[in-house]
Amino acid sequence: MYMWDRIQEKLQILSDAAKYDVSCSSSGSKRSNDSKGLGHTTGAGICHSYTEDGRCVSLLKILLTNYCIYDCAYCVSRRSNDVKRVGFTVKEAVELTINFYRRNYIEGLFLSSGIFKNSDYTMERLVRVAKTLRTEYRFNGYIHLKTIPGCSEDLVKQAALYADRLSVNIELPSENSLKALAPEKNKTDIIRPMSYLSNSIEAYADEKKVIKSTPAFAPAGQSTQMVVGASPENDLQVMTIADALYKKYKLRRVYYSGYVPVSNDSRLPQLGTPVPMIRENRLYQADWLMRFYKFSLREIVDPAHPQLDLDIDPKLSWALRNLHLFPIDINHADYEMILRVPGIGVQSALRIIQGRRYSKLGWDQLKQMGIAVSRAKHFIVCTSKDHPRDINEAALRQRILRQSKYAATLTPQLSIF
Amino acid sequence: MTQLVYDGSFEGLLTSIFELYERKIGDARVVRNGSYQSELTASYLEIIPDQKKAERVWNGLKQKLSVDKRNEIYQCFLSELPEMEGTLVTFIRHVFDSKHSVEKDYSNKSVLAIEQIAHKVYREKHRMEAFVRFQRTTDDLYIASIDPDFNVLPLIISHFQERYADQHWLIYDNRRNYGIHYSKDTFSVQEVRMEWEAIAHHEFLPASTCHEEELVYQSLWKNYFQTINIQARNNHKLHIRHVPVRYWKYLTEKRTS
Repeated sequence: MYMWDRIQEKLQILSDAAKYDVSCSSSGSKRSNDSKGLGHTTGAGICHSYTEDGRCVSLLKILLTNYCIYDCAYCVSRRSNDVKRVGFTVKEAVELTINFYRRNYIEGLFLSSGIFKNSDYTMERLVRVAKTLRTEYRFNGYIHLKTIPGCSEDLVKQAALYADRLSVNIELPSENSLKALAPEKNKTDIIRPMSYLSNSIEAYADEKKVIKSTPAFAPAGQSTQMVVGASPENDLQVMTIADALYKKYKLRRVYYSGYVPVSNDSRLPQLGTPVPMIRENRLYQADWLMRFYKFSLREIVDPAHPQLDLDIDPKLSWALRNLHLFPIDINHADYEMILRVPGIGVQSALRIIQGRRYSKLGWDQLKQMGIAVSRAKHFIVCTSKDHPRDINEAALRQRILRQSKYAATLTPQLSIF
Repeated sequence: MTQLVYDGSFEGLLTSIFELYERKIGDARVVRNGSYQSELTASYLEIIPDQKKAERVWNGLKQKLSVDKRNEIYQCFLSELPEMEGTLVTFIRHVFDSKHSVEKDYSNKSVLAIEQIAHKVYREKHRMEAFVRFQRTTDDLYIASIDPDFNVLPLIISHFQERYADQHWLIYDNRRNYGIHYSKDTFSVQEVRMEWEAIAHHEFLPASTCHEEELVYQSLWKNYFQTINIQARNNHKLHIRHVPVRYWKYLTEKRTS
């Protein structure tokens, strides 16, 4: 039983150290199980469970080891931190993945690592785990590998041939903060693999159009993560970086991780400082607006409005700044404009477009289609006669805030009204 | 009014719809065998499932509806909701009686209702793909018990068949008392029914029937689940919205003992 106790301890330490990496996505890749081996990946991804903090558990997320030669202030595994150091063998990491997968606990593996010896040595180990899973165990589940900053292109290439997704973390939203908090890391080491991958992914995809047998190359693309709230950057800076990463390197996802205080380093927010969860949520909403709602960066944040409004979501915030564009007629407006109405999501916008071909829409139908009428009514007209609108920005803002189910958690001045 | 009483099978339901048209019954209610209640003012018609009649209705729907919409009809049927037959009959009549395609007419109540019920069933299917927890037995069978809100076993077969092609597995619906069993030797799935108080009726296997490593992996998974939680971010409301309490007894990581 001694062996299992050791595994138990390693799993505890190495999953605890990996949990601050927020990505858990298992989507965006298709791997079929033609050889009747183990596993398949469907494209949509599955959350097998949710932790008590409400986050999706989709992958076995572990570090291969928490030994680390770097001393990044915000990281629990930093060299100067007095924690127990352990490491999985390649076989142990593989066996855990397979046995969790066979019981339908997970979609696959998310493997990261502290940096021991040097970047290449570490990356080579990560690649070996992925290679063993794919070749010896005929595993077709999802594999997400971290790219170790500064490792060789050849290793990144091998990683991409076995993994579904690769990611290298931007870590902090400015080079100055990176220098201050992660002095041994540098921007070039992070950007170079990202840029190499972006080009190669595109090249492989082009080749696959012509030659069918071209192997899959990081089919779920690459992602990255930024810690917010550990350093002084504003939302304009954060979103500008995200926007550039989406455009320049075709990233699938940029994750924002509200800083959880793990150290009493004077360069960082004190222990016990609340995690900036609302800010993190607003950043994700803004990110969604850029990716699915056809908003441009400058419509969401600009030098005059460098911070996202914490009280209301960025879509409503945009609408309130642009009241002159409303109300729109739901029975005639084009899809792009309907998508911009607060209270209407992508699915209901599509339903409106389809439904209104058959008959003109009123409040009843809109309600049935799943639109948040209490919010949308201020911005639209339909066939119904009553249009309970407030056209003054301040009044409208207060009115919507009061209706909000989060009213109690918002700014204190609300209670005066 | 006429009550058409069918046996609860999909074929029976389609046969009932055939009879509605064949016998030109306007004012009708289609009810499952078990939920039939005699009413003084209604006449009673027992429907015997007929493959040919059912196929004619289904082929008729093929002319009028996309494959996605036809899948929604089947998913809606699997919901077993009390209003399911009424909604389906209204919808199918609306489809047959309209000259043009109506499947995207979301201003129509029955079109929207079908989609909404089908969506609920789809969510339950997706949940089962997520929440099934296999336990490995001494004879190397991976067993899971479930108790889904809707009858989703028929919808999850292909997912599990492709994913776990190289292991024997059994997923058993405790509420509806039947299961699906996959054999890695024949690569095929069969419906099974336990006539006796069998092991699958327990949420978790007794230790004596577990593979020697089974309990170790259960405990590794439970500890992993505890460890990856970030206490500073706890959000109980969000947690139970994603993992409703009624599923907990089948989830290894939420099991209390």
